[in-house]
Amino acid sequence: MSGATQSTAVSTGRITRTLIYLVLLLFALFYLLPFFVMVVNSLKPLDEITGGNMMSLPQTWTIQPWLQAWSSAQIGVEPTGLRPYFLNSLLMVVPAVAISTGLGAINGYVLTKWRFRGDNIIFGLLLFSCFIPFQIVLIPMATILGKLGIAGSIPGLVLVHVVYGVGFTTLYYRNYYAAFPTELVRAAMIDGAGFFRIFWRILLPVSGPITVVSVIWQFTNVWNDFLFGASFGGQSQPMTVALNNLVSSSTGVKEYNVHFAGAILAALPTLLVYIVAGRYFVRGLMAGSVKG
Amino acid sequence: MASRADDADFRTKLQEWIPKLVLSPSVALMLVFVYGFILYTIYLSFTGSKMLPKYDLIGIDNYVRLWGLSAWWTAVSNLAVFATLYITICTAIGLTLAILLDQKIRGEGMLRPIYLYPMALSFIVTGTAWKWFLDPGIGLEHTMHLWGWESFEFGWIKDRNMAIYTIVIAAVWQTSGFVMAMFLAGLRGIDNEILKAAQIDGASNWSLYRRIVIPLLRPAFLSAFVILAHLAVKSYDLVIALTGGGPGRATELPATFMYSYTFTRNQMGTGAASAVIMLMTIAAIMMPYLYSELKEKK
Amino acid sequence: MGFLDISNVTKSYGKTEVLHRVDIGVEEGEFLVLVGPSGCGKSTLLNMIAGLEDITGGDISIRGRVMNGVHPSKRNIAMVFQSYALYPNMTVGQNMTFGLEMHGVPKPERDKALTEVAALLQLDKLLDRKPGQLSGGQRQRVAMGRALVREPDVFLFDEPLSNLDAKLRVDMRTEIKKLHAKLKTTIVYVTHDQIEALTLSTRIAVMNDGYVQQLGTPKEVYDTPANIFVATFMGSPAMNIIPAQVAMQDGAPHAVLTNAAGETVQLRFSQENMVDWVGRDILLGLRPEALTDPEGADRKSQNIAALSNPVAVAEPAGSDTFVTMTLGGRDVIARLRADTSVTPGTSFDFAVNMEKAVAFDPETERRIPA
Ligand SMILES: Nc1ncnc2c1ncn2[C@@H]1O[C@H](COP(=O)(O)OP(=O)(O)OP(=O)(O)O)[C@@H](O)[C@H]1O
Ligand SMILES: [Mg+2]
Repeated sequence: MSGATQSTAVSTGRITRTLIYLVLLLFALFYLLPFFVMVVNSLKPLDEITGGNMMSLPQTWTIQPWLQAWSSAQIGVEPTGLRPYFLNSLLMVVPAVAISTGLGAINGYVLTKWRFRGDNIIFGLLLFSCFIPFQIVLIPMATILGKLGIAGSIPGLVLVHVVYGVGFTTLYYRNYYAAFPTELVRAAMIDGAGFFRIFWRILLPVSGPITVVSVIWQFTNVWNDFLFGASFGGQSQPMTVALNNLVSSSTGVKEYNVHFAGAILAALPTLLVYIVAGRYFVRGLMAGSVKG
Repeated sequence: MASRADDADFRTKLQEWIPKLVLSPSVALMLVFVYGFILYTIYLSFTGSKMLPKYDLIGIDNYVRLWGLSAWWTAVSNLAVFATLYITICTAIGLTLAILLDQKIRGEGMLRPIYLYPMALSFIVTGTAWKWFLDPGIGLEHTMHLWGWESFEFGWIKDRNMAIYTIVIAAVWQTSGFVMAMFLAGLRGIDNEILKAAQIDGASNWSLYRRIVIPLLRPAFLSAFVILAHLAVKSYDLVIALTGGGPGRATELPATFMYSYTFTRNQMGTGAASAVIMLMTIAAIMMPYLYSELKEKK
Repeated sequence: MGFLDISNVTKSYGKTEVLHRVDIGVEEGEFLVLVGPSGCGKSTLLNMIAGLEDITGGDISIRGRVMNGVHPSKRNIAMVFQSYALYPNMTVGQNMTFGLEMHGVPKPERDKALTEVAALLQLDKLLDRKPGQLSGGQRQRVAMGRALVREPDVFLFDEPLSNLDAKLRVDMRTEIKKLHAKLKTTIVYVTHDQIEALTLSTRIAVMNDGYVQQLGTPKEVYDTPANIFVATFMGSPAMNIIPAQVAMQDGAPHAVLTNAAGETVQLRFSQENMVDWVGRDILLGLRPEALTDPEGADRKSQNIAALSNPVAVAEPAGSDTFVTMTLGGRDVIARLRADTSVTPGTSFDFAVNMEKAVAFDPETERRIPA
């Protein structure tokens, strides 16, 4: 996206331009405000929140809410803080992302460079599977995970995320590899490289951009998932579920500042990934999945 | 005559099988976990399952029951309101921002990530932020009062009739930047010479966009629609985090309905039926998109 | 049996047959060019030789070994692609030796082969560059170098020059020709450019609609085209095809046609067997250079006929002047020497080299054998 240089800009007058900037800045405010408020208030003592103005900066700065959210807040029945859940999420996200991206890459390679009768049907089925409402699989999934003995465990969640992520990763890699010249694959075949060698030596080295997209996409989706975590998390609940438990717990005083600190903690990894590699993500997303 | 080269045949044949072998784990997972599960849920929707799956076929009773439930009607009509507003407003904001941002704006590089970052957040985080922001006791209303605007009232989140709109606001906040990015990419993909030609033809700015640019963005509109529509039907987390379906049942959506009927009220058959209806809704939206995606790439 | 034998080969995609019973034998050291318009099946045939497409029917064998179903890398062939297909992530050197590496050739030998070929193609200084840092002509040479290091039995080229600009294309054409003269390897070369076909090949297979229309040396194809398709496809400007009748005059068969002024013109055939066609319609084939000014006519020819005809357009093209006129009701192009003065609208006396004339059966469009 930022690679594109063309713009459809038209020449406009001074007043119009001022207006344009005004509108753009107002929207920036709209997007920033809730998060800004959350950050500011996570650094205030509780009485400043309930008694004061949410827009104002803290009079007494404190990181107490953060420490509390991280290590001692009441999550469900245990005062463990979010730390163990953060770890759960991490343990789940890494293998889920790695496996689904790997599968997506090799699937995309097969579906574009080793086409066979009926491959389009397979791709169609995969593509549709990206968009199903997960409610349709919740009931049997609960049963199957139980039967496999991985209900309520991290491997169970990894399996779920791989299964429902592989459609998207395949879509990305397929669209990316479709633009990769087939002649190169043929040249490598004549040179004597086999199926895996061609993938490894010819396609993978140029797959950087789409891998970034696939990894970010999967990372964001898996990290942010709530439905599967809440349904199948069991003893290994991910961060989102824990955060929801923290925020919506009905016992005791609502410690908003701790809630905010927790929410930001839950958002931190994806925000970080987004800040570091976001531009590649959007660019690749445009090229990869959504024909804009 | 020539001799057949049998030794080499083997490797070629193997090479023909490897791709299919490599693809097969994913295909197997998909067939079982997606399509097998779909069939299973469809089957359950015709059984009298309560807390656990039962396999006694009872015909379409669950569907009849479902459509007789006022809670389901609330969920469906909420979804209709939510989806319509969500899709329309996201598209409108996305398109507006994209067009404005495309006017050779200084600081575009700063603004774009600001518009986009909510997409990186989980709906639970978004819900937490907005729940508080919209809470009349401590959020926006409270702040306005403190700033001296005593008559300011914004209690939608506590209001049965208005709460669904707070879900729209939060959802739009989260996704509209992403829609903006899609339109921006579409705009940047338009051939500049077409625009020059139109300007030489004397098109005004307004008619340039209305007659040339926006029609050329058709694919972006289609993609935006498909993505937003399927997000709307799937919406679950945001409701849980923002309103918990309340006040009362005022913000139930089919997704939350399905969950509570299946897992907390032990009406699995009815829950399955509601899931099937959600699937059919999405299938109806997706089919044309899937069709075009597959046809073009052939 | 030849070195590379294509016997009775057909190719179908689903129900559509795109190649029909192709039979071509290629001797060792030959330079065979497959030429024809877009979509005629040249690439398909070449890919079948390479093993990149399945063979629907018939056999392809190299050195007496049937290659049907044999993996491309086991056929001992090398291929140069239209887009060059250089691996973007590897350097020039790596690109060229990738095939040897895959075939398990040890590094010292690979390096030796690379040095030799790089010297041959003047690629020595480019070996550490990536394909993205090369010009079109350099990429083309790397693609050829990659094929050369393999020392294959057969080289396959699929329109290797079509991505180059006009001047470079001519230079590379010469270079390929020199290379073939030096190395004497067997080459199958696909192009849709008839000049490339005529200049490079030792034999040409002219294809159309999945059929081989004619297989022969450049001279055969040019002078005695098998049918009207070949006659008009090969040569530029194309051969003139003029409706005429055959009549006896002074004991010899003549072609009788009408010129632009409505007068009847008679041109004596060199071929005696045209007597069989007396009284019937034919299509007379005359190459532009066989229709020229009297001073420019071929002095060795035994049969130069005079023809007077009004000129419609004259186009000086540097080395020649091309004249357009009507003959037998068709537009006809004549090729005159550059400094010939012709005035459009007036009549000009042409010399027709009837030794080079060919006649076609209007029904079958085949050439009437001499
Ligand atoms: N995968 C395919 N499925 C169906 N038809 C095909 C396929 N590949 C090629 N064809 C058809 O086979 C015919 C021959 O194609 P081929 O690529 O060999 O033409 P060509 O002579 O190389 O043309 P060009 O000069 O344009 O490269 C064409 O009519 C083409 O439409
Ligand atoms: Mg071709």
